[in-house]
Amino acid sequence: MTQLETVAWPGSYGDKAKPRMGFFTDTSVCIGCKACEVACKEWNHVPMAIEGFTGNSYDNSVTLGADRWRHVAFIEQKVPLDVTEDVPLVQAAERGAAADGGVSTYQEGDGFRWLMASDVCKHCTHAACLDVCPTGALFRTEYGTVVVQEDVCNGCGYCVPACPFGVIDQRKDDGRVWKCTLCYDRLKDDKEPACAQACPTNSIQFGELAELHGRAEHRLAHLQQAGQDKARLYLADGQDGIGGAGAFFLLLDEPEVYGLPPDPVDTRRDVGEIWAAAGAAAVALGAGLVTAVFGGRR
Amino acid sequence: MSETTSYHGQPVLKEPTWTWEIPMYFFTGGMSGASAGLAYLSELRGNQVLARRAWAISLGAIGISPAFLISDLGKPTRFLNMLRMFKVTSPMSVGSWILSGSGAATSLAALNAWTGLFPRSAKAARPAAALFGLPLSTYTAALIANTAVPVWHEARRTLPFVFGSGAGLSAGAVVAAVTPPAYAAPARRLAIGAALAEGMANELMHHRLGEHGEPYKKGAGSLFSHISRACTVAGAAVMLRRGASSRPAAIAAGALLGAGALSARWSIYKAGFQSAADPKYVVGPQRRAIERGERPGASRSSAKVGEIKPAVGSPASAPVELPA
Repeated sequence: MTQLETVAWPGSYGDKAKPRMGFFTDTSVCIGCKACEVACKEWNHVPMAIEGFTGNSYDNSVTLGADRWRHVAFIEQKVPLDVTEDVPLVQAAERGAAADGGVSTYQEGDGFRWLMASDVCKHCTHAACLDVCPTGALFRTEYGTVVVQEDVCNGCGYCVPACPFGVIDQRKDDGRVWKCTLCYDRLKDDKEPACAQACPTNSIQFGELAELHGRAEHRLAHLQQAGQDKARLYLADGQDGIGGAGAFFLLLDEPEVYGLPPDPVDTRRDVGEIWAAAGAAAVALGAGLVTAVFGGRR
Repeated sequence: MSETTSYHGQPVLKEPTWTWEIPMYFFTGGMSGASAGLAYLSELRGNQVLARRAWAISLGAIGISPAFLISDLGKPTRFLNMLRMFKVTSPMSVGSWILSGSGAATSLAALNAWTGLFPRSAKAARPAAALFGLPLSTYTAALIANTAVPVWHEARRTLPFVFGSGAGLSAGAVVAAVTPPAYAAPARRLAIGAALAEGMANELMHHRLGEHGEPYKKGAGSLFSHISRACTVAGAAVMLRRGASSRPAAIAAGALLGAGALSARWSIYKAGFQSAADPKYVVGPQRRAIERGERPGASRSSAKVGEIKPAVGSPASAPVELPA
């Protein structure tokens, strides 16, 4: 597995570069306990953010933002009941065995399934927030992660609409932007991030990205073999629009079901084209001005 | 358009945190930039009456611009952090330098035009202000095009032309309003020509946006777009028929055209918020591009492993027993 090299990592760190660290969030074993949300808040002193009662299943924390760096999504799906469906008995039994083997997350038999997933900043290989930051407050750490320097950020807000995942946001009373740091302070002390440590089912796995990729491929293969044919890895590959992520996921349905974009893109890839258009428009304006001034009577 | 899947209808993107100062700056920045060009070229043509007024408009508009931008910052006292680096991947960084250069050059040129002070520096400042003014008028389009907001990003090739012509429109309109009609012919030509150009650039943008352009058809995006069109058409008509003969008519036409240019910025600004807020504008086009095979997407169902060692208790290792 490649480590998905970024623009600044490992190159600019020389021999001080550490292996690229990340999260593999295996949503197939998430039980929706929200321990990650709580642990993150506690460790990082993330302020309270009460959204009220949403009625969106068990999710009352709604979304990632300046005051929520881990967010657990709850999806309730009605799925056709395997056994009453017209499937061969052996296949139905195999699926039952899959449930016994611990590779199925929903209550068998009631035609209903829960999907739960803990979302987090993706620490993209090509990070749009970092690319557009005009102050250099956002930077790439020696672990390949993306972190905001709170003493530099001036709250211009450019990173907010630049993020294709809607992760980073401004804290209103403070003015600056905030997001997951992948517990940069804990990493420096060789500790795992608070959310991963708190996760009771190992749904959040922390480690060297290359090793996590290997683990994830095996897990996906097992789930596929067990009949979870909609299981997929999300952001695990370098050829997607963000060059792969430092925090990638195993999902049991399409990304948009979890509120994740199916094809996120770092618009930096188009920045040449954007500057060319802006330059051409500037020249056109110049030509228009010359025509207006010299193209008739004084 | 088929129904797109979402997570409890929640947005995928965050709406920008920018407030009213930003579309105001799009307007004043463009007006300043194009006015500087108009002033410099009019000087070359020997029309000092027009040139001096255009320098004044350019200075006024660029004088208020940093106030808008700094007031929008979450930490206004840290505005100088904008000049910590020069970063081409961030149009906001490049723009901060353009604005700084433009502000310095325009101040010198305008000061000299009205007082005659610093003649030697002003000689260099005048063309510099005119040149800086051009990217000052269009970089703001690059800034919003370089975001994940679909209605802005998908318009990345046409949006700078909309902003550039809008800048010419506002500069021509306001300078024509403050200049005696006998001297204001170039400003009137600029206003009317730019109004036409903006109309065409807008049409082209909407045509190219296709399904991404839906936010312009509803809410504030649509309202400001209608106001803009009505003001611009009315203003251009008045300017064309009476602008050369009547000072009050030129003032009324300038006000209408200026309002048209300002509303156009607001329409684009608001459409971006609407585009980010509704997951169907974000997920829908992405999903359809994947289905058409144009984009790989970000997920994969096939595992990249050779032979898998069956885990204990998995169906691959355990013989399947039928339940009784």
